[in-house]
Amino acid sequence: MNEKRLQQLLQSALPPVGEAPPRDLWPAMRRRLDGAAAPPIRLAAWEWALAAVLAAAILLLPVPLAGISCLL
Amino acid sequence: MDLAQRFAAGDADAFEALFRQFQGEVYGWIVRIVRDPMAAEDLTIETFWRIHRGARRFDAARPFGPWARRIATRAAIDYLKSQPREAPAAFEPAAPAAPDAAWEREVREHTAAAFRSLPVRLRAAAALALIEERPYEEIAAALGTSVNTIKSRVFRAVRILRRRLERSGIHP
Repeated sequence: MNEKRLQQLLQSALPPVGEAPPRDLWPAMRRRLDGAAAPPIRLAAWEWALAAVLAAAILLLPVPLAGISCLL
Repeated sequence: MDLAQRFAAGDADAFEALFRQFQGEVYGWIVRIVRDPMAAEDLTIETFWRIHRGARRFDAARPFGPWARRIATRAAIDYLKSQPREAPAAFEPAAPAAPDAAWEREVREHTAAAFRSLPVRLRAAAALALIEERPYEEIAAALGTSVNTIKSRVFRAVRILRRRLERSGIHP
């Protein structure tokens, strides 16, 4: 099988695809940009754990923490 | 300041103008590689998303089109890599004495399957060089490699395809 024949086979097996998009893609692009402009806030597990520890510390040890903040 | 310079400076209107000007070219290039219009639409958006994020890396002294095409090529190859590769079909057709329509159809289907089973980089080079008949220089620029590398990939793709087809009894 020579290369030319193989090329013809490929061209008949995989016919040309349309070269122009069937519709204006800007609205979809706009949505992608808008979606990225306001990303949802996502916290990692360790961030939630740290927030929980800090909240517990504030609730359980309000006086020492107040003292530390005065020193700062 | 021209459009490309305004885009590089982060001007949103310039980005929209470039999108409208180049979306057809980018889509057309991607669809030639992935050969799936629906995927090509999504990949056109993905390409311009990467372009948008990489605006600061764009050199406004150079033309926008080739830069966009390189990013589109990478997006298309990433997509092909993410798809499960088709295994070469186990197919043992017996060639009829005189080719008929059913035989021709089977040969086409088998050829397409053999093509889809090629490694992604060989498939991209073969699609652009053999099916679309794009110049080697253009393919090399889009894939960010040398003409010799593209020639080598096409040669290897042809060798693999030929071997797989001949193993299946296809000797056109």
